[in-house]
Amino acid sequence: MKPLVPVPRGARIVLGVAFFVLFTAVWAVATLGGFVSKTFLADPVTMVQSGWTLLTKMGFAYDIGMTVWRVLGGFVIAAVLAVPLGVAMGAWKPVEAFFEPFVSFARYLPASAFIPLLILWAGIGEAQKLSVIFIGSFFQLVLMIAVAVGNVRRDLVEAAYTLGSSSGSLVRRVMIPNAAPEIAEILRMVLGWAWTYVIVAELIGASSGIGHMITDSQALLATDQIIFGIIVIGLIGLVSDLAFKAANRALYPWAQLGR
Amino acid sequence: MSGATSGGVAAGALPILQVRALSRTFHTAAQGATVALQATDLDVAENDFVTILGPSGCGKSTLLRIVAGLDQPSTGEVLLDGVGVGGPGADRGMVFQSYTLFPWLTVLDNVCFGLRERGLPRAEQLEIARDFIGRVGLASFENHYPKQLSGGMQQRTALARALANRPRMLLMDEPFGALDHQTRELMQELLLGIWEHERKTVLFVTHDIDEAVFMGGRVVVMSARPGRIKSDRAIGFGHPRHYSLKTTPEFGHIKAELTEELRAEVLAAAGQAAERA
Repeated sequence: MKPLVPVPRGARIVLGVAFFVLFTAVWAVATLGGFVSKTFLADPVTMVQSGWTLLTKMGFAYDIGMTVWRVLGGFVIAAVLAVPLGVAMGAWKPVEAFFEPFVSFARYLPASAFIPLLILWAGIGEAQKLSVIFIGSFFQLVLMIAVAVGNVRRDLVEAAYTLGSSSGSLVRRVMIPNAAPEIAEILRMVLGWAWTYVIVAELIGASSGIGHMITDSQALLATDQIIFGIIVIGLIGLVSDLAFKAANRALYPWAQLGR
Repeated sequence: MSGATSGGVAAGALPILQVRALSRTFHTAAQGATVALQATDLDVAENDFVTILGPSGCGKSTLLRIVAGLDQPSTGEVLLDGVGVGGPGADRGMVFQSYTLFPWLTVLDNVCFGLRERGLPRAEQLEIARDFIGRVGLASFENHYPKQLSGGMQQRTALARALANRPRMLLMDEPFGALDHQTRELMQELLLGIWEHERKTVLFVTHDIDEAVFMGGRVVVMSARPGRIKSDRAIGFGHPRHYSLKTTPEFGHIKAELTEELRAEVLAAAGQAAERA
C-alpha cells in the first residue's frame, strides 16, 4: 500500500462496515461462546432485546430526547457566545491579549469537576446540566475560533485593503468568510466533546437522560442496558457528525476544492 | 507618449505620483538595522507605464508596498495627486505576485469586491465586473472559484479585480513572477493590450529585463541593497507593441545595456551576501 493513495468509494464503505461487523463478531464470540461472564458483559442479542424493551416499555425515548436537548441547548449557548468572542479575539489583538490568558487557563479546568459546585449553585435541574456542557465547550471553542480567524493569509488582508476595505469590512468580508469552514469544523468537533460531558452530568444527580438510565442499570447490574445506552450515544454522535459534515460541504463548497 | 516622459515629467503637469526622499530601514534583533531602501525620489506622470527593475532583495517591492500604503517609510513621503499617502486605499489598485483572490468568492464576486466596498448597487457591480472579466478573457469562467483556475487565470482575475475598481493608478508587484514562461508572455501582451486601451498609470516591479523593456514606457533600474535608483531611461517604442518587438535589434540593444547594469548589481548583492556569511 502506498501512502495517501485514495480508496474507491465502494471499497471505503465496505472497509468501514467491515470493522463494525468484526467488532460485533468478536463481542458475540466472547459472550455467547461463554468466554466472558454475563454479569460483566451482556451478549449482543440480549443487548438488542433489552434495548427494545427500554424503548417500547420503559420510555427510554424520553431519556434520549432529554439528553439530546441538553447537549444541543448547552452547546448552542456556548457557540452563540464563543463565536463572536473568538472572532473578536482573532481579529483584534488587544481583545486577544485581554482574554487569551484567562481562557487558556479556564479550558484546562475539568468540566466534570465543576459538577459538585454547579449542583450547589444551580441545583440538579436543567441549568446544572447545561452549565456543565457550557463550561466544557465554551473555552475550547473560543480559543480554537480565535486561532482560525487570526490565521488569515496576510496577502489576502492586504489585497482587501488595496481594494478599499475598512477595518470593519475586513473582519466582516474577509476574516469571517475565510475562517467560516474551519469554524464549522471546530463546532463539529467540540459538539462531539459535549456528548461526553452530558453523560457525566447525567451520571450525577439526574432524574432523566441516557446517563441517568446507565446509572440506574448499574445498580441492577444490567450490562445489556448500559451497553445499549452507550451504543445509542455513539449512534447519535455519528449521525450528528455526518449531518454536520454534510452541512459544511453544502455551505462551503469552495473549501472542498483541491482537497 | 513614451518618449515625452523621458526621465521624469513634462514641465507644468503635476505628476500623479511623487516619491520624496523615501527610505526604509528594517530593525531585527538578529541583524540589527538593515537599510532596504535609501533615500529615493521618483516621479510618475499620468498615463505612464513605469517598470522598476532590480535584483531580488533590492528594495523594489518595499518601494511599491510603501506607495501602496502597506508599509510605512522610515523617512520621506509619497504624494498621490499632491496629497500625502498614509495607508492603503482603493485609489491605488494592486496586483500581487502571490495569488490573492478570495477563495470563498467566485471570479465574478472577486471582481465585485471593491465595487461592493464602495457601496455600488449590485446591478451596477455586475455590469462593471462582467465588462472587465470579458476584457481579461474569462467571461465563461465567472462562476468558477479561484481553486478551479490556473495560475494565469487567477492573475487575470486579480488584474480585472484591480482595474474594475477604477484606481488612480495600478501597482503591480511581479504579478507574473509565479507563472511559467509562456503564460507570462501571454499575460504581458494581455496587460499591454488593456493598458493601450485604458492608459492607466502603472508602476510595475519586476526582475525580468525582457518584461521591463517590453512593458515599460520607462525603465527604472534599482541597485542592490541598500536599494536606490541607479538609472532611469525612457523606452521609445511606440504602441501598440507586438510581441515580435522582443526580437528586434533595438530591443536587444537596450536589453544588453540593462543586462550589464543589472549584472553589476547582482554581483554586488552576491558579494554582500558572502560578506555576511
